[in-house]
Amino acid sequence: MIPEIGHFLLILALGVASLQFLLPSWGVWKRDARAMAFGQSAAQVQFALVFLSYLCLTWAFVQKDFSVTYVAANSHSELPLMYRISAVWGAHEGSLLLWMLMLSGWTCAVSVFNRRLPADITATCLAVLGAIAVGFLSFMLLTSNPFDRHFPVPAEGKDLNPLLQDPGLIIHPPMLYMGYVGFSVAFAFAIAALVSGRLDGAWARWTRPWTTTAWLFLTMGITLGSWWAYHELGWGGWWFWDPVENASFMPWLVGTALIHSLAVTEKRGLLKSWTVLLAIIAFSLSLLGTFLVRSGVLVSVHAFATDPARGVYILGFLAVVLGSAFSLYAWRAPQLKSDGDLALFSREGLLLLNNVFLVVAAAAVLLGTLYPLFVDALGMGKISVGPPYFNAVFIPLTAPLAAILGLAMAVGWKRAKFAEVVRQLRWPAALALLLAAGLPFLWVGSSGFAVFAGVLLGSWVLLTSVHDLWGRVRAKRSLLAGLAAVPRCVWGMTVAHIGLGLWVLGVAFVSLHSVERDVRLAAGESAELHGYEFFLRGVDPVHGPNYDADRGTVEVTRQGASVTTLHPEKRLYRAQQNVMTEAAVDESPIRDLYVALGEPFDNGDWSLRMYYKPAMQLVWWGGFIMFFGGILAASDRRYRLAKLAQAPVSADGKVTA
Amino acid sequence: MTKRQKRMVAVVLLLVGLSVAAVLGFTAFSKNMMYFQTPSDIAAGKLPQGARIRLGGLVEKGSVQRGDGLLVNFSVADCEARLPVRYEGILPDLFREGQGIVATGHMDGKTFVADEVLAKHDENYMPPELAEKLVTPDGKHSCEQFKSMEGKA
Repeated sequence: MIPEIGHFLLILALGVASLQFLLPSWGVWKRDARAMAFGQSAAQVQFALVFLSYLCLTWAFVQKDFSVTYVAANSHSELPLMYRISAVWGAHEGSLLLWMLMLSGWTCAVSVFNRRLPADITATCLAVLGAIAVGFLSFMLLTSNPFDRHFPVPAEGKDLNPLLQDPGLIIHPPMLYMGYVGFSVAFAFAIAALVSGRLDGAWARWTRPWTTTAWLFLTMGITLGSWWAYHELGWGGWWFWDPVENASFMPWLVGTALIHSLAVTEKRGLLKSWTVLLAIIAFSLSLLGTFLVRSGVLVSVHAFATDPARGVYILGFLAVVLGSAFSLYAWRAPQLKSDGDLALFSREGLLLLNNVFLVVAAAAVLLGTLYPLFVDALGMGKISVGPPYFNAVFIPLTAPLAAILGLAMAVGWKRAKFAEVVRQLRWPAALALLLAAGLPFLWVGSSGFAVFAGVLLGSWVLLTSVHDLWGRVRAKRSLLAGLAAVPRCVWGMTVAHIGLGLWVLGVAFVSLHSVERDVRLAAGESAELHGYEFFLRGVDPVHGPNYDADRGTVEVTRQGASVTTLHPEKRLYRAQQNVMTEAAVDESPIRDLYVALGEPFDNGDWSLRMYYKPAMQLVWWGGFIMFFGGILAASDRRYRLAKLAQAPVSADGKVTA
Repeated sequence: MTKRQKRMVAVVLLLVGLSVAAVLGFTAFSKNMMYFQTPSDIAAGKLPQGARIRLGGLVEKGSVQRGDGLLVNFSVADCEARLPVRYEGILPDLFREGQGIVATGHMDGKTFVADEVLAKHDENYMPPELAEKLVTPDGKHSCEQFKSMEGKA
């Protein structure tokens, strides 16, 4: 009964979403205030319906209702409750329902927080979001209904994919989807700006907190996904340039560009059509990501069941959304006039340059991700593009980005004197050079050009961020008064940039100075790795709730002193007879020691994969700090003050992010 | 400079930047593109020596032999041909005889030297590229002799 109610609620939601699209659109066209206002209540009702429907599916999982096809395929009677709840988004149908829940949640938030905005802007936004919801709801109901029943009812479920039975994976997909779906709000605002023809500083100020919020969720989602891959896949890698990773990374790159170009649009009234274009592209890439992951066209650890009908539907939906958005853009964008001139050596000029680099980097990733698909579709053979391509293109494109970033924070809006900026930045630059020369020797005991460049860029970003903050604080009488006077969006910017700096440092060390060794050991034997001695004491059987495992005991010593004892596992999940590698990691800010069990040999030996990974934690901390910076920036109170919404565009260089 | 000249300079700079990026991209592309091959493609001699390729096929039943340390030899087969593979390292969790795999590496004489072996977390999984190439004109896979029932643990 409960699953049928869930199904019925989804159909109701589709009806409400259609009205939410049609009525406000008509209202905007006819200038009918009541029709325009309808969007808000529709958005809230739609959210309530989808939320209840989501609860119905969760209930089916908690109750182990194996008569529901989707539950039977992704749950098991021995599966712990925590994973039964997260199994809702463990496969295609349920993750679409989660996508839909997020979309209606964002829409509901827009309807609540946008009450002070002009009625036609809000109505257009909600109509656009309603149209997207119609697309996804009918996709679910037509091709991927999570509430389908099947008979006879199996006595036992097939269990959740063991790869997904990890705490990291409980929150990774919701975070990622929050980010993906969040860009739909920026997209809706962009369409509203095109329809109304009004794109000013106020519009940018309304759009900024939404975009930043979407971006911070995406940042967290990507970081968690990478953290999960590192711990769960047993290959010791944290980024594989896997097509599905790229699918989440491209919207991140364009979203980052969007955040910065919105700042220019708000402060200076420039780059208007560029900002709108970025908002459209960011959402398109989110949809493309959904298509790539869901259609099964990709060979990837993430690809779920292949079903051509689904792929065709999403591709068609993508074509409709992109086609109409770009047509509207081509028609209306020429009317968006800049409010002034753009000087290249000014903050807005440098931000534009940073935008160009980000978008070109995203394009390079897109090329590497899609080209193999095109070649295949044209019947020209099966090819693949590995990490070497992405590294060769991505790193040269993003290195200038870090250099410009440090510069842009010291350069004022409108125009700046080059000599003055050089004088200001001489100390951060000197210190960054010093760190680049010395830090690699202190940290990993050797150096080279690549790690020198990486540390130089990372510490340059870090130091210029701190320097910029210091410049703001120094003007005040006391340190505390100075810190308190810094607006929260500036804190957000500084914190996010510090996160990026730490991330660059971490990436430089871990990619260039990791040491890997695969060995074959018998119990009682040991192997040496980068000054650490790994002693395999033995491998013993243990039993978990729904798996049996071989659990290794590896004692790590350094120069005779004990460092840690690690317990890597090889698990056999009983329901699907799947083997999983559970790596054991000793983490510290300086280095990670990583051990994964390989395979047993006939004579009782085991193969072991061992890594020494310097500064690995900085990569996670970098991502986490960027996320936190995003929270600070998005929660700045000037976005919430009603009367500021009518204030003229400020060209003041000090309150910027 | 007038406004128009300034704009021209900006456009030219942008074009130069984009072309540099494009050249960089396509160079990296052509260097790092790997073709997917099956053992019969290699037997047909379509391949330049030493090129990096992805080899897809089924691990032939009874062909896996362990050597010293982590060295392992096995054959990868499709319907018409088989190819000996040498690999030193840890095999993926789902590596089994009769299972579809994808190995990345290069040809060394008559042997394929793999530096990475991938298998999917699904015992019935076959890489789509492989499944497509293994299909016979009547639309069925015809390689049952390479797939053993033990392989489906």
